[in-house]
Amino acid sequence: MGMGMGIERCAVLGAGVMGAGIAAHLANAGLPVLLLDMDQRAAAAIERLKKTDPQPLMTPDAAKLITAGSFDDLSGLAACDWIIEVIVEDLGAKRAMYDRIDAVRKPGSIVSSNTSTIPLQSLVKKQSDAFKSDFCITHFFNPPRYMRLLELVTGAATRPEVASAVRALCDVRLGKGVVACHDTPGFIANRIGTYWITAAVNEAIARGLTVEEADAVHRPMGIPKTGVFGLVDLVGLDLMPLVAKSLLTSLQPADDFRRVFQDQPLLNQMIAAGQTGRKGGGGFYRMEKRGAERELQAIDLTTGAYRPTIKPRLEATEAGRRDLLALVQHNSPAGAYAKSVLVQVLGYAASLVPEIADDVASVDEAMRLGYAWGQGPFELIDRLGAGWLADAMGAEGRDVPPLLAHRLPFYRVEGGRLQALTVAGSYADVQRSDGVLLLADIRRAGKPLAKNGSASLWDVGDGVLCLEFTSKMNALDEQIMGMIGKAIGLVTKSYKGLVIYNEGENFCVGANLGVALFAANVAAWPVIEQSVAGGQAVYKALKYAPFPTVGAPSGMALGGGCEILMHCSTVQAHAETYTGLVEVGVGLLPGWGGCKELVGRWQASKAMPRGPMPGIAKAFEIISTAQVSKSAAQAVGLGFLRPSDGITMNRDRLLFDAKQKVLALAEGYQPPEPFEYRLPGPGGYTALELAVDGFASQGKATPHDVVVSKAVARVLTGGDTDMLDVLSEDDMTTLERSTFMTLIRNPASLARTEHMLTTGKPLRN
Amino acid sequence: MATYTAPLRDIRFVMHELLDSSSLASLPGFDHATPDTMDAVIEGAGKFAQDVLFPLSLSGDAEGCTYENGVVRTPKGFKEAYTQLIHDGWTSLACDPAYGGQGMPAMVGTVFEEIVSSANIAFGMYPGLSHGAYRAVYAHGSDALKAAYLPKLVDGTWSGTMCLTEPQCGTDLGMIRTKAEPSDDGSFRISGTKIFISAGEHDLTSNIIHLVLAKLPNAPPGTKGISLFLVPKFLPNEQGEAGMRNGLMCGSIEHKMGIKANATAVMHFDEAKGWLVGPAHGGMKAMFTMMNAARLAVGMQGLGIAETAYQSAAAYAKDRRQGKSVAKGGPSRDAADPIIVHPDVRKMLLEARSMVEAGRALSYWVGLELDRSEHHPDPVKRQQSDDFVALLTPIVKAALSDLGSEAANNAVQVLGGHGYVHEWGVEQLVRDARIAQIYEGTNGIQALDLVGRKMGQDMGRLLRSFFHPVAKFLEEHAEDAALAPYVGPTAKAFARLQQATMVIAQRGMAKPEEAAAAATDYLRLFGLVAMGFMWCRMAQVAGEKLAAGANGETPFYQAKLDVGAFYMARVLPRHSMHFQGIMAGAETVTRMADAAF
Repeated sequence: MGMGMGIERCAVLGAGVMGAGIAAHLANAGLPVLLLDMDQRAAAAIERLKKTDPQPLMTPDAAKLITAGSFDDLSGLAACDWIIEVIVEDLGAKRAMYDRIDAVRKPGSIVSSNTSTIPLQSLVKKQSDAFKSDFCITHFFNPPRYMRLLELVTGAATRPEVASAVRALCDVRLGKGVVACHDTPGFIANRIGTYWITAAVNEAIARGLTVEEADAVHRPMGIPKTGVFGLVDLVGLDLMPLVAKSLLTSLQPADDFRRVFQDQPLLNQMIAAGQTGRKGGGGFYRMEKRGAERELQAIDLTTGAYRPTIKPRLEATEAGRRDLLALVQHNSPAGAYAKSVLVQVLGYAASLVPEIADDVASVDEAMRLGYAWGQGPFELIDRLGAGWLADAMGAEGRDVPPLLAHRLPFYRVEGGRLQALTVAGSYADVQRSDGVLLLADIRRAGKPLAKNGSASLWDVGDGVLCLEFTSKMNALDEQIMGMIGKAIGLVTKSYKGLVIYNEGENFCVGANLGVALFAANVAAWPVIEQSVAGGQAVYKALKYAPFPTVGAPSGMALGGGCEILMHCSTVQAHAETYTGLVEVGVGLLPGWGGCKELVGRWQASKAMPRGPMPGIAKAFEIISTAQVSKSAAQAVGLGFLRPSDGITMNRDRLLFDAKQKVLALAEGYQPPEPFEYRLPGPGGYTALELAVDGFASQGKATPHDVVVSKAVARVLTGGDTDMLDVLSEDDMTTLERSTFMTLIRNPASLARTEHMLTTGKPLRN
Repeated sequence: MATYTAPLRDIRFVMHELLDSSSLASLPGFDHATPDTMDAVIEGAGKFAQDVLFPLSLSGDAEGCTYENGVVRTPKGFKEAYTQLIHDGWTSLACDPAYGGQGMPAMVGTVFEEIVSSANIAFGMYPGLSHGAYRAVYAHGSDALKAAYLPKLVDGTWSGTMCLTEPQCGTDLGMIRTKAEPSDDGSFRISGTKIFISAGEHDLTSNIIHLVLAKLPNAPPGTKGISLFLVPKFLPNEQGEAGMRNGLMCGSIEHKMGIKANATAVMHFDEAKGWLVGPAHGGMKAMFTMMNAARLAVGMQGLGIAETAYQSAAAYAKDRRQGKSVAKGGPSRDAADPIIVHPDVRKMLLEARSMVEAGRALSYWVGLELDRSEHHPDPVKRQQSDDFVALLTPIVKAALSDLGSEAANNAVQVLGGHGYVHEWGVEQLVRDARIAQIYEGTNGIQALDLVGRKMGQDMGRLLRSFFHPVAKFLEEHAEDAALAPYVGPTAKAFARLQQATMVIAQRGMAKPEEAAAAATDYLRLFGLVAMGFMWCRMAQVAGEKLAAGANGETPFYQAKLDVGAFYMARVLPRHSMHFQGIMAGAETVTRMADAAF
């Protein structure tokens, strides 16, 4: 069946936040979706999708794949291969809907529920055998586009083909990390997550920690970045008692969650007062306006009153930054809090395998992808030691789960392969799906071919080399430029092609501005000009290398990170790629060929009207307003990616796909033809200048916006050229460079850069 | 004999011809500070220093201060000189007219500090410390404290001190033990012992106002838990005059290497009454107001002593005859020539003079920017000037105090055996100069302040205030043939300073020990380049004046070109050594085991 897996058309029943979000993400994958709800609600939901932030849709066009309909007419389901039920969490209502679905659906079509609380066996109890065999639970997390976890629950009657088709589609086309769960209450993530939140909140209140302190203690644990109170604010306080109560109705009588759960008067009081978190305008934290200033406040856990946040200074978290054991053994209230929370949560998680999942790796993956923990519970146990945890539980008189009794690490590396402890107490390789290739695995198995402080080169097999950035925030510096040069030499000699890829949170945030600003502050102009010229030369060598180069970004690819992609033979981008030329935000312009490439692309675009100006104006608009794509698909619309570039939905498949691209291009590879530019020079510049002055007079551009925009305009129109001259790419980079140098000497540009580096926000000077 | 004449012509050159002193009068509050007024003030200061203070320097050193039962007596003549000092209004020079000050720019105060230090550094410290106390209370004190204390500090009837150091803590102020306990009336009871308190006890004024660092109960550990208190020797009575004795006394004074006429006291505070200056636990910030002004003043002490050392040595060298000139073609008929003809002697004199003149230019520039940082109407300009002052303060303090020592030692060398004898007054300069490299933060600490704090502050923004104007000047004059002998070498050294700055920033980020090991070399490299830049600008001015006829002052301007040329050829090259030291890194500094020392 291949990657289509026979699923071509989908339906989502229920157009609430989750239903609409799931429909949007199916559309993101290019699948036509029928979205149904009562009356006109589905149509309204589609309109809402277009306005929601963060955007559920990767492009506005994706909305066109969603067709709105009503529960009154389910006939459209007959054409659907996969029907997802996302209606109210009410067993009766769901069963009634299944009866109606079963009456119209085509034979063999798949039906799944997004339930988070109702067991599968209850859902299908009264359904036909055919329905049972076509049914499973697909539990998405909110928001469906961005949360990577998909919990898949199959029943005894579920056909294996159903599970494999859903798994394959969710994995490859929706980009999800599909984790197989057993049919137990709360499945994996909510079962452990709810326990954790409850324990962490209760302990903080009981031990007299502040909201900020409790969240700070969670930081070295890495579960998750927001801390516990920040996370509750994000998901909504009102949801917590609902989830907890649903668990309490279905969990076994001896389950430890019953011990941990307490009714918290403060929580009830806050929910009653509408302080439900970010959606309610405030929860444990809130932003308060004080005149022109905004002040972050936190709730006092004893009085329930808001007060300005107090940045906690805890020795325990300092100690815990490197060593988790040092945190839990720290003799302080914060250390005792960390120990109490971790011993309970990790002990609970250890007691749940194999009840909720076949293996520990599934549990870890679910917590990483569904609750944004930096590491799963078993990875955390390894940081403390299974023996330590077993002893700590024993000392508290708690039952030590059999999994801990082995006192063995849950993960180990054997023969270069990652292995996990099984329930039986032996080790088994952690399995990767076909088409998944991870640098993390390659790193375990061997050493890089070359390495410096900011980059490494890896042999990723089949004659393909991978350049990995390793600098802080993957910012570009001299060492990365040096490594690109080295890579070009190595590949030319003995490899087929190069992938530029890393597994950081962001592909690359651009040039290391700190170094650039420092050089500018000491007026080291020749050094700066040299580094601009050096970058231009390296990117040019990349573009015209005698082998294919494939950029494979995920997350942010900004400034120089966007420019490097534009100089690759082709790009295989993760769908969640946010890219743009943002240099004007720091008072500069793209100086490593970004102006040259973007104007070249837009001028060559067949979609643009004839004449030189439309392409220039488009590139000018994009660069001078620092537009950043909110998805890889949007990046195509901006010209940062080409229509021929590829998009991978699943982050874990990106390297494999990029490598395949290299191999596909390697045979008979020809470097691209260089752009030739016919640009209008001063005449065209005047037109853009007028537009800039217009913006300034309307108050839409600050004084320095005008300076920077005009510098961009000068480069894009070709400087002093005219339409009779033909400019080369080298002419354009020379112009970029000289104009860049005038900007970086401008104190207003340096003020922008300094402001960005010190506050993380742009300065509007 | 040691000799001193205030170098008024050089001072005027720097203030008016090199720096834009006339722009001061356009700043709000300084409309009276015209070049003419400033010249009159400085001329008066020079006369007072030459005629009154300088003659007391040698005798003050010989006699020293004496201590008996908690009472300190200053040497003969000091009391009378101090009376004249306040009578002539010198203590009120750069103070706010609201408290009886004359409202002169800080730049004029800087010049005054140089002149007084040249004449008698031990004496100059008494009003100098009062001015530091004035600045701290002025910037951070409550209105009540200002009203009660500032007029007396300004008119000089009361003096001030800074009480920081304790027996167990010097550089690391986080370790202080002096306690401050709150009383019901809003005051505090201060208890503890402070040592090395300059001017801590003396007989020149009717009251002494101590600014004391202490810790409140439950203060956070380290420097974040330090508060600053004002503790007077006598509590003001209802008339505002010195009244009841407060709970403090001087336990002894130190017997020390130099500045013997200034009392260095051990101070005991026993539940002494005091008042908070600035916020609780905000003492470090308040103290740095004193410190920055004080550090600049210490730089001026170094410069002042170097000037006197140079003048004394030059006078001796022109007078003393020993040996024949080795120059061909010009044998004199005398049995021996003045030693000024000997290249080695000239070299020592020129080293001192070339650094004194450049140091003067640099430090007055800092003084000028200090005024701009406080009085300029444009906040962006104020910030730029503030950045410049913050960056250059450790350099002025350390480089000029090093200069004081070097020039004084070389002066002894020029005088030979006479230099080694007390009554010639030159060995005293060596001893007096030495303290400037130590107090107000040792020169090592200045270097760490520069590298560890100032360099990285606001992503290196402070650096911009120096590097950008210098780079611009060097670029603009790169093709200027007349300036080539000055701009060429300076541009080379400047490029190395740029490189060293980036290298230290990068290495230091990864490994702080690298920055610390480079710090002193970096400060000296910076100081040499800054002085080189001042010589470029002085040569430019001198060249223009000469081209315009020099108005009868051809020798004066020609000397500027000659001294500057010497600096470029024989002093600036010292930067190479420091550059190489920096580039060599920390490894050989840190390698050997502690036990092997």
